Amino acid sequence: MISALSALLVFQLIGEVLARSLDLPVPGPVLGMLLLFLALMLRGGPGAELRTTSQNLLQHLSLLFVPAGTGIMVHLHRVADEWLPLLLSLLVSTLATLVVTALTMKLCQRSPAPGEPS
Amino acid sequence: MTPRISEIWVYLSASPLLGLTVTLLAYQGAFWLYQRSGSNPLANPVLIAVTALVAFLTLTKTSYETYFSGAQFVHFLLGPATVALAIPLYTQFRRVRAMLLPVVFGLLAGSLTAVISAVLVGRFFGASQSTQLSLAPKSVTTPIAMGIAERIGGIPSLTAVLVIITGIIGAVGARYVFDAMKLRDPAIRGFAIGVASHGIGTARAFQVNEQSGAFAALAMGLNGALTALLVPIIADWLTGG
Repeated sequence: MISALSALLVFQLIGEVLARSLDLPVPGPVLGMLLLFLALMLRGGPGAELRTTSQNLLQHLSLLFVPAGTGIMVHLHRVADEWLPLLLSLLVSTLATLVVTALTMKLCQRSPAPGEPS
Repeated sequence: MTPRISEIWVYLSASPLLGLTVTLLAYQGAFWLYQRSGSNPLANPVLIAVTALVAFLTLTKTSYETYFSGAQFVHFLLGPATVALAIPLYTQFRRVRAMLLPVVFGLLAGSLTAVISAVLVGRFFGASQSTQLSLAPKSVTTPIAMGIAERIGGIPSLTAVLVIITGIIGAVGARYVFDAMKLRDPAIRGFAIGVASHGIGTARAFQVNEQSGAFAALAMGLNGALTALLVPIIADWLTGG
């Protein structure tokens, strides 16, 4: 578990350093994910330890959002001032995004480009 | 309170132990409820845990800063967990490559819809200019969203809250939307959740199905990058500024 955690942290660190030094719009951990993905492609897959540790981390990914989510208490008054437009905007937009993304993907899947086997 | 108990409280409320413990307890309780409900999306564990914690902190008059001094240890793990998303992505890569076309067009359509509809609906119902700008990046993961809000003149801390609410709406609502659409493909379901509601949606997708989770993780990363490029270009035009 320690070696797997170290590997994850090293990739996060590299991602963080790259994102900052190159002034990229993507945060360090997302870049770290990409780099680890590339490393896995080169190496031909994760070892058993990395696989288990990442599974354990991801199984309770929800937990990791709880501290940031609780930060809502600091901004309750600001949200309360404009609650109606905010709520409607978030509801409509999130549901519309789900529908549009899924429909677009379904359509692309059904009509393969000419000359491509379906 | 007797002097003794209040002394203990003074000690506890200043140490990180309390914030960390209540975070884990609140989540454990929320997850128990979620499982008892048969993994019903309405019993979203983030939503329940956050509600319980806000109530607890308000009742005990504990400030968020004090709470966070303990909870930051959990918060910190978001970084390595994001990196760890590379592993399911690798495992599912064959499927991802086979779906390249739907992934590219789904991403473009979804990303544009997320930004444009959020701003326009907010504007229609009378949100102020700075609120509209804070709404624009609401579908991407918190650090990217806050960076975008800052660059275009929104309020980063407001955006952080909107991002969390968006994540919960997506995690709770997705199943009903997809069932109504009769959409079963776990890859498409996962990808759409990732585009619309970033990491919180991805967490929910992982609880349902590994393939959904991998596609959600991919969508979250891609949409974060695309939105960061897109929003600064169209923000002024959208808000009519």
